[in-house]
Amino acid sequence: MLDFPLWKRLSLWAITLAASLLALPSLFNVAGLDWPSALPDPQVNLGLDLAGGSHLLLEAKAGDVRAQRLEAMEENVRQLMRNANPRIRIGDVSTAGGELSFILENAADIDRARGLIEPAMQGSTTVREWELKVVDGQRIVLTQTEAGINQAIDESMNGAIDVVRRRIDELGTREPTIIRQGSTRIVVQVPGLQDPAGLKKLLGQTAQLEFKLVDLDALPSDVQAGVARAGSQIFPYADGQSGAIAVKRLGGIRGDNLTGAQAGRDPQNNQSVVTITFDAQGGAKFAKLTTENVGKPFAIILDKQVLSAPNINEPIIGGRAQISGNFTPESANNLAIALKSGALPVPLTVVEERTVGPDLGADSIRKGLLAMGIGSLAVIALMVASYGRFGVYATVALVFNVLMLLGLMALGGFTLSLPGIAGFVITIGAAVDANVLINERIREERKRGRRVIAAVETGYTEASRAIWDANITNVISGVALFAFGSGPVKGFAVVLVIGIITSVFTGVTLTRMFVAGWLRKARPNDINI
Amino acid sequence: MKLLKLVPDDTNIKFLKLRVPFFVLSLVLIVGSWTAVAINGLNFGVDFAGGQEVRMTFTKQAEAPIPSLRELVGGLGYGEPVVQEFGAKNQVSIRVALPEGAEDTPGAATAIGDKVIATITKSYPDARKDGNDTVSGKVAGEFRDQAILALLAAMAAVAAYIWVRFEWQFGAGAMFALVHDVSVTIGLFAVTQMEFSLQIVAAILAIIGYSLNDTIVVYDRIRENMKKYRKMEMFDLLDLSVNETLSRTVMTSLTLFIALIPLLFFGPESLFGMVAAITVGLFIGTYSSIYMAGALLIWMGVTTNSFVPTETAVDRQEKLARGEG
Repeated sequence: MLDFPLWKRLSLWAITLAASLLALPSLFNVAGLDWPSALPDPQVNLGLDLAGGSHLLLEAKAGDVRAQRLEAMEENVRQLMRNANPRIRIGDVSTAGGELSFILENAADIDRARGLIEPAMQGSTTVREWELKVVDGQRIVLTQTEAGINQAIDESMNGAIDVVRRRIDELGTREPTIIRQGSTRIVVQVPGLQDPAGLKKLLGQTAQLEFKLVDLDALPSDVQAGVARAGSQIFPYADGQSGAIAVKRLGGIRGDNLTGAQAGRDPQNNQSVVTITFDAQGGAKFAKLTTENVGKPFAIILDKQVLSAPNINEPIIGGRAQISGNFTPESANNLAIALKSGALPVPLTVVEERTVGPDLGADSIRKGLLAMGIGSLAVIALMVASYGRFGVYATVALVFNVLMLLGLMALGGFTLSLPGIAGFVITIGAAVDANVLINERIREERKRGRRVIAAVETGYTEASRAIWDANITNVISGVALFAFGSGPVKGFAVVLVIGIITSVFTGVTLTRMFVAGWLRKARPNDINI
Repeated sequence: MKLLKLVPDDTNIKFLKLRVPFFVLSLVLIVGSWTAVAINGLNFGVDFAGGQEVRMTFTKQAEAPIPSLRELVGGLGYGEPVVQEFGAKNQVSIRVALPEGAEDTPGAATAIGDKVIATITKSYPDARKDGNDTVSGKVAGEFRDQAILALLAAMAAVAAYIWVRFEWQFGAGAMFALVHDVSVTIGLFAVTQMEFSLQIVAAILAIIGYSLNDTIVVYDRIRENMKKYRKMEMFDLLDLSVNETLSRTVMTSLTLFIALIPLLFFGPESLFGMVAAITVGLFIGTYSSIYMAGALLIWMGVTTNSFVPTETAVDRQEKLARGEG
């Protein structure tokens, strides 16, 4: 037990010093000193609650993804049936209840229809995305499978993360963290950002641009009442004053295929406008739409609100279009950024927001360090007063414990949060527990008359059992903490769990090496403990 | 050098004599805590209640204009705001609850937050925003569910570990001690109406780990003594075990305690509730280790012979071979 051959001593020191050295860059940083740039620079990240910044939790509604897919499928099916040769006539199309259902006018077409639809049901992967049912030999019902929906949500969220990243980059903000959380959420953390209002506005904009033909046959009174005819939809104007307008549900195009968007001014009336540039595919679609509908009005719809509904005076074939709609220079600029970075595949809402000012964080660090210092001194004083030389060993172990904990956190790229500071203090107070248990046991064994070496040896072996059990329960609660917590609480859990590991190492293994070394050299007949 | 001994050698305190009054006291504490929760409720912060909380510093004023803020924010129509001093005299935290039905409109909470901040900075240009937490009703509900789940899971896992390492009676004893420690800590928050937030749940989870440390030391010693003193009365054995470990129970709790106290008084204000919870939980945990851990074993019928392995046929033969049978 007290046998420490040279290789063992060397490797223990190597581990201790290596882990402790990793803490130096972080300590330099806290002290405001410059760490030599030639050396590796692992740093403990400061959480937003210490460094200041904004944390936003964005959520997508799964229902939105379902609805989008259903609509896309409807359009797809209509087109397939129309283009079939000979054309397959369908009727009574309904998307109620989250499923697409329609009747074939001629029941004999059923196999042909199936043959056309089935390839469209398969997504990009092997997942079966749709279920096809035939009812009464004539009606086809398409339902989305759970796996298909999940995959669609997955794709939408991954797309949304890219869009969010592009938009934040456009703002020129430094080092944002953007991660997916659960199936429908995205965490956005922007250090140093004090006023997230602009960011929220930018992320809250889906920027789904659509061009749809105005339904000229809709009765004004129906539009007023919000009653849409079959095949048309009613959207309100974005300005909230001009009422609403009915548009044809299908046959429009979406502004997905853009290569650029630029805010500017219309030279004719000096109003703020956004000029968009389509890519080749989008340009062709746009040209076709405008060519086929010259003289008719079409609505420019952004996120389900109508910006404007100009007449198509002539075919627009250059792939560029100008969007007007009561913009301020600022909102035009925002829209341009949003359109350039692409539409969010699914609308996002902010469900949690936390902002911390930089002064509060700096103050917390200062006060936390002060408290940690006083607490450490008190613990050291108590240990040395109670256990003498053995208390000094425990103190040395404690110092290495704190350094190793900090070093390992820097190595692992973990984040130190405000509750993490409490975790450090708890670790300092609890790390010496192992030494208390060992030293008390040695004291007891000496009292029972064991010789020094035997007492120390028994002390370490007998105390180890309880130390082990106690630390396992601490790890269990630490794991529960980690699983439970969001950012700051996770930071607390990380400190506690790493602190438990380092404290067992320093408190038990290191002190045993110290004690063994001293016993071998001094060969005391009695120990003061 | 004479070393400090906080607990004298060879104490012989008859802890178990007082087991009934102390057990009753513990039951009263548990029941009282939950009664307090039922009557007062917990003062949920934005984490669990939803809504929004702004912390502001009035940089050009010695004292924050609290009554005026109350009026200003109250006039926004989101109900009565909670405005209180936070840290220094010119710092405040302002809490506004979510309106009815806001659970289903995810963006409602952040909209309220923006409006509150805008209103205050308009009237007080020197108000500096130190922080802002906005939590929607849905997220708050999830936090509540997760908190309850995490607490129960942690307690069950820790008790199960003790059961595996010791015997089921020890696991049950540990579970009782945990229920006791957690209840009293929650009860404290119901009585004082300090804000109950995610941090407090984190503190309680930490307590679940640390308050048992002392219990484990006592249990470990009980097990050791049961092997050593097979003839001893269970009462005496338990008293002996608690006395033998008294010094380390006191010391381990004390080291953590003196590390935490400076954090409580000099540390960041926003950690006060959390550190207070851990400190109190630690205190209660030590008490339950000394008084409850052993007494419960007796009530669960543990005797000195409970865990002696029963003699197997092989043992019997070996005994015979040695001529002992």
